[in-house]
Amino acid sequence: MDARHEAGHDELNGGGICFQGGPHLFSFDLLLDAVVIGVLLGCFYAAVSLGLSVSFGLLDVPHVAHPAFLVLAAYAVFFLNEYYGIDPLLAGLLITPLFFLFGLAAYRLYYETFEKRGTDAGVRGIAFFFGVAFIIEVLIILQFGVDQRSVTASYIGKAWRIGDMRIPFRLVVAFVVAAALTILLTLYLSRTFMGRAIRAVAQDQEALRLMGANPIRIKQWAFGIATAVLGIAGALLIIVAPVDPTLDRTYIGRTFCVVVMAGLGSMTGTLVAGIILGVAETIVLTLFGASWAPAISFGMLLGILAVRPQGLFGRRS
Amino acid sequence: MNRNGIFFWIGTALFLGAALLMTQVIGNQYPFFAGYVILQFMVLAVAWSILGGYAGYVNFGTSAFFGMGVYTAVFLFKSFGAPLAAQIAAAAAVGAVMGFALGLLTLRMQGIFFSIATIALTIVIETSITNWRYVGGAAGIQLQRPLVTEPFNNYVQMLFFVQALLVVLAVAISRYIQNSWMGRGLQALKDDELAAECTGVPTLRLKLMACVISGALMCAAGAPAAMYLQYADPSSAFNLNYSVSVLAMSLIGGTAHWAGPVVGAILLGTTQQLLTVTISSEVNVLVLGMMLVVFVVAAPEGIIGLIRKVRRNRNGGEA
Repeated sequence: MDARHEAGHDELNGGGICFQGGPHLFSFDLLLDAVVIGVLLGCFYAAVSLGLSVSFGLLDVPHVAHPAFLVLAAYAVFFLNEYYGIDPLLAGLLITPLFFLFGLAAYRLYYETFEKRGTDAGVRGIAFFFGVAFIIEVLIILQFGVDQRSVTASYIGKAWRIGDMRIPFRLVVAFVVAAALTILLTLYLSRTFMGRAIRAVAQDQEALRLMGANPIRIKQWAFGIATAVLGIAGALLIIVAPVDPTLDRTYIGRTFCVVVMAGLGSMTGTLVAGIILGVAETIVLTLFGASWAPAISFGMLLGILAVRPQGLFGRRS
Repeated sequence: MNRNGIFFWIGTALFLGAALLMTQVIGNQYPFFAGYVILQFMVLAVAWSILGGYAGYVNFGTSAFFGMGVYTAVFLFKSFGAPLAAQIAAAAAVGAVMGFALGLLTLRMQGIFFSIATIALTIVIETSITNWRYVGGAAGIQLQRPLVTEPFNNYVQMLFFVQALLVVLAVAISRYIQNSWMGRGLQALKDDELAAECTGVPTLRLKLMACVISGALMCAAGAPAAMYLQYADPSSAFNLNYSVSVLAMSLIGGTAHWAGPVVGAILLGTTQQLLTVTISSEVNVLVLGMMLVVFVVAAPEGIIGLIRKVRRNRNGGEA
């Protein structure tokens, strides 16, 4: 059911953008192309994973609905772009406050129903978020249909030529915004009072309570931030390639792969892990063709979980 | 055998008898088409609960096992024209091997990491099948059903009865595990794996056994689907909807007792069949998601838990 729709987001790696068609003989030029595109793409992967890095990495919320929220944001951007002609990036910025509030509410519900009761939060938490993801998926289908949707903006569709290499502007835009977003979030978590509180709550919730702070309010705030970031990330998602309602299933693999590889909760780690995934995807796709696309992120995720569960920059030993 | 056991086996005999009678008496094909799907989900949900309910390892790879069952059948049918019984037996063997591999995964990861790993496993297997031309690749493969064996006069009716047999097998195994030392051991490791290991519960052996049994049953349940649909393609055979439906059925029914997933599968399976026919498959998924959310929030122990609570209150009132 997904194979046809996923094409858009698979092509962006190997087939559609840098080199037309399937497997190629491997050469140095192709490798260079793959690495450049992979790095750009990797920053984009990091950007869509940042929120999960906070919600799952720092707060331990089993947020499998994260990619569904991401696709929802992409559709909100599509709506604003299609009917009001707002630039996708600006639209992403506009929906950010709404997503912040949405995140606050979602965490409150999750806390009241699972964390507060304590027992078995993991199992039912995952089931809960899967249910939420399915509901979002279907609501999008009922509202917008199953077709792929894309946005229009001046920088979409053009490319930048360096010699034989062709770098699409949409990837460059995604790269710049993603890098800025990562830096901002890193600064926020390390320099501001609230950011440090968020990292403190991830380290030791009880200690925070003993010092007179309310860890639940801090976690709620952090979840709000994690969801707000999805506004921009959703805009990038639909800028990079057309989206369809079931795209979240592919991105479960990509986002969790990046976050787990990064080591839970590390923002710089997220950027590095995103780039590793991006480069690995483009290289494998150049060699073997786009039909292997979904296996790469999920395969890497499986390998990391089996070999080095604490990730590259793990906060836990 | 105690009184409970006698009632149980009389019940299963009646169930099988009724299923067989249905195939002989009812001429209309639709009840078998719909009933087959519900029975299939009963097997999957009961099998899922052996690992997910008793041991507390949430497996999102139901669709991986189901899909491998389908493709084992496809492969055997295409290569050797193997009969249905051979397809199912081979699928069970494949499922047992996969279950063993899954059991080894539990050595290194628990909780959400295990769940995510099972999703990852599903997609990796699906992609491999998609790239395997011999069994049809991404486009899928058409299959021609062989002639039906007596006493059935229609292939779907036979599949319906076969699936009913699998239900009985799955329920009997699940019930046996629940009442044996295995069930108590799994319960112990669910509550606290380290404490169980320290008090001498063979946790690794139990987990491997639960994974193997659960996997074999899921794969076996998938095998007849190839002949049922007369068609197989990777994205529907490995669809995540199977995993989430089965999870929902088990949680809605309640995972503490073998009857929970049976109740959940009948309830949700019937609802899904009705919704798909009367409204649309999108609304069907919407209802699935909503029921999952409502039940985990409002009735975390499922229907079985609710029944127990009501009983306990009534007994408490009398005493």
